[in-house]
Amino acid sequence: MNPRVEVVALDCLMLRLFDDIAEANMPWMLAASERLRTAFGAQLIDLVPSYTTLMVHYDLTLLSPARARQMIADALVDLAPNTRRAGQCHVLPVWYDLSVGPELSLLAERSGLVVEEVIRRHSAREYQVFALGFAPGFAFMGLVEEMLAAPRLNTPRKKVAAGSVGIAERQTAAYPVVSPGGWNLIGRTPAQLFDRHRDGYSLMQPGDTVRFEAVDHAEFIRLGGDDTPLEALA
Amino acid sequence: MSRLMIEASTPLCLLQDAGRFGVRHLGVTQGGAADWCSMSWANWLLGNELDAAVVEITLGGFAVVAEEDCLLALAGADLGAQIDGQPLAPWRSFKLAKGQTLRFTQPLLGARAYLAAPGGFTAPKVLGSSATVVREELGGLDGLGVPLTRGATLSYRGEPRQVREVPQSHQPDLRSDKPLDLVIGAQIGLFSGQSLFEVFNSRWTLDSRADRMGIRLLGSALQYQGAPMISEGIPLGAVQVPPDGQPIVLLNDRQTIGGYPRLGALTPLALARLAQCLPGATVRFIPVMQEQAWKTHQNYLRSYA
Repeated sequence: MNPRVEVVALDCLMLRLFDDIAEANMPWMLAASERLRTAFGAQLIDLVPSYTTLMVHYDLTLLSPARARQMIADALVDLAPNTRRAGQCHVLPVWYDLSVGPELSLLAERSGLVVEEVIRRHSAREYQVFALGFAPGFAFMGLVEEMLAAPRLNTPRKKVAAGSVGIAERQTAAYPVVSPGGWNLIGRTPAQLFDRHRDGYSLMQPGDTVRFEAVDHAEFIRLGGDDTPLEALA
Repeated sequence: MSRLMIEASTPLCLLQDAGRFGVRHLGVTQGGAADWCSMSWANWLLGNELDAAVVEITLGGFAVVAEEDCLLALAGADLGAQIDGQPLAPWRSFKLAKGQTLRFTQPLLGARAYLAAPGGFTAPKVLGSSATVVREELGGLDGLGVPLTRGATLSYRGEPRQVREVPQSHQPDLRSDKPLDLVIGAQIGLFSGQSLFEVFNSRWTLDSRADRMGIRLLGSALQYQGAPMISEGIPLGAVQVPPDGQPIVLLNDRQTIGGYPRLGALTPLALARLAQCLPGATVRFIPVMQEQAWKTHQNYLRSYA
């Protein structure tokens, strides 16, 4: 780890902790995040974590840029990784099916695996939530195994159903609401990923871990899933 | 409680406040008035909190009928406002008598007008704010991110004060051709020397592809020579450069993280000015240091005292 603080805007500084995406970054990212929230308190407007960075948006009516920079440096003194398991572990039920996850066949073709094996491998791992972005509650998770990695679609879909589970490169995610999207879709979860009435709003928070669990159609429906085929949305 | 019935509206007429904060780590965008200076003046005219909920009217096409005698305030763009056909200039509070219609016809100067009411318009706070973000289905009159629509009712509970104007010396000059202050960011050194020359020495034209997420600028193609970036937090006003080399200035409804290299970010004051420019207008940039820009900003905030 080689922390650097960079200017990004009048009232934002970027704390860059790593240069590459890795699961091993997370204990450090969580520790730094906790330190910064404590140090800035009410002077913090937002703290935006991503794979290797934490963007500190501070209250410019209370802090000068120089002071904010000093506070970040002070907060990181003797930083130690947060090894106790800070986040929650979620199990997301997924109905893996070609009608809601058309790229299952593409991933099978690319990897030379049968569809059942693609499903088994996607649901075998426990994934880290690296960051949330793109839409409220949209969690970027990883890393999926190399064999399942696939680039985004050349032409993004105009409408992806809520709950759609997809893969892009070595990341996986689920769409909280209907939105445009270019990920390779492999299934659908009935889980409510973002709920304005829930404490904390988002089911998944940075630092949480996630496992996908294959369920059949009947179970998917019983859990409140919507099985409208993807083509019916277009 | 006083009420206004919306007689005409467009998808670009939205309830806004300063925006949604403390939830960006969940992927929730900031939202809020694109020209925060004018929103603040509209509220200042009525003695409101500067971030009370206002109506942001972009380009016009909005009309309300007063159901009671009202005192309202208008700041920002001159969108050809009329009360029962009589012209109404911005930067003042004014009376709208029961039955009278306030109508915004067409942009005469600037792009976004802000209409305020005593105490702010009444709306539920969703994740701490009434700011309407259509894409996220958050904020607005019903909390579900719906733009203001014909037939809906705006209401407020505050007490009217006397009519007043924003002092001439404090009215933002929407005709100003001064370059926009750009706080230099960390990746600036990774653009080619020629590109950096172009950034600060040529004029940039606002593309018609502009919304509350971002404004595209057209000009020389800028060349980024650094390695591809890993997605990271994006500040308000960030000037990002996608592979086609044409910069995009990111506004209030931008995505929270992204992976395009950035020249830096416009200051909040510069961004407020850009938010009043129409497609086809041209702008210039001038580099500023973070600390200097902070002092300028602190000074500006004193004008609302």
